[in-house]
Amino acid sequence: MSVVDTFTRPGEAKGEIPFSERGPASIESVAGFGFWLFLLSDVVMFSALFAAYAVLSNHTAGGPDGAKLFDRGFVLLETMCLLLSSFTCGLMALAIERKSAPATYLWAAVTFALGAAFLGLEISEFLRMIGEGASPTRSAFLSAFFTLVGTHGLHVTLGLFWLLAMMAQVATLGFLPIVVRRLLCFTLFWHALDIVWVGVFTIVYLGGLA
Amino acid sequence: MSDHDSAASVAQGHAPGTAHVRRGSFLKYLTGLCFAIVLTFASFWAAETHLVWGPGVPVLLAALAIAQMGVHVVFFFHISTGPDDTNNFLALAFGVFVVGLVVFGSMLIMSNLDASMMTIDKLMQMQR
Repeated sequence: MSVVDTFTRPGEAKGEIPFSERGPASIESVAGFGFWLFLLSDVVMFSALFAAYAVLSNHTAGGPDGAKLFDRGFVLLETMCLLLSSFTCGLMALAIERKSAPATYLWAAVTFALGAAFLGLEISEFLRMIGEGASPTRSAFLSAFFTLVGTHGLHVTLGLFWLLAMMAQVATLGFLPIVVRRLLCFTLFWHALDIVWVGVFTIVYLGGLA
Repeated sequence: MSDHDSAASVAQGHAPGTAHVRRGSFLKYLTGLCFAIVLTFASFWAAETHLVWGPGVPVLLAALAIAQMGVHVVFFFHISTGPDDTNNFLALAFGVFVVGLVVFGSMLIMSNLDASMMTIDKLMQMQR
């Protein structure tokens, strides 16, 4: 094709096929973009819980407040578990790209273990607080706290089950395009949970809005 | 014509985390992890420190949290502002906009209502 290049838009190299003639996007792009939109809508849902927490965080109804209940060393440990699991999840994505099943299983196992450790720490923290009389029914502050942090914990739990299901699919189906797409969506989900956790530890545990 | 046949397989932009060319690499994830760990420790240090003027601490914490979220987006999600990423980045920008509206809008409205609400003692006095 020796057509004179009269219209090259920004982002198109000279002589490249123009955007308008490229046809529909590949299924990988569509699935990934759709899941990205879902994640953003999930973050919007979390923002409503964050707003509720921010409004209610001072309404302790004479009960214990955050400074009395939260142990920052413990939260740092939880944060490190989740952060490292996000990293190993990235390494799992690289192993999937290489189509290496042993490396995928290895990093999935490490991700699962770190995620489960995070969840265990969180549940033990919740039980300790409830044992000290700081249950969700005690005050508006505690209701908001358990809703926000509990919803995040629920997401982590779902993520762990999802990871197990994906490993079963890799074992039975192998690296089919559809399995790889689902694995990609899982890694995005797991990274998104870490972003939400950054908001949680800043606003809830470190009192970023005080 | 062969140009157009191959054109059908060329994606319009790509999904976050994937690309026609590899974007994730071990080094990139490691860099992201290092940045994230440093920023996390900085946040926990900032919450305890007396070196920073008290009322300035929340601002510092917010800056550190936003920086860490940025690190996650760039190094873990591989979202950029490049031409192939326009859709992803616009969606992200809209998401951030809605989150900002919900959080700060709620806080503004509730603090305004709180400020204009009568205190309980004053209400009791009026009932007498």
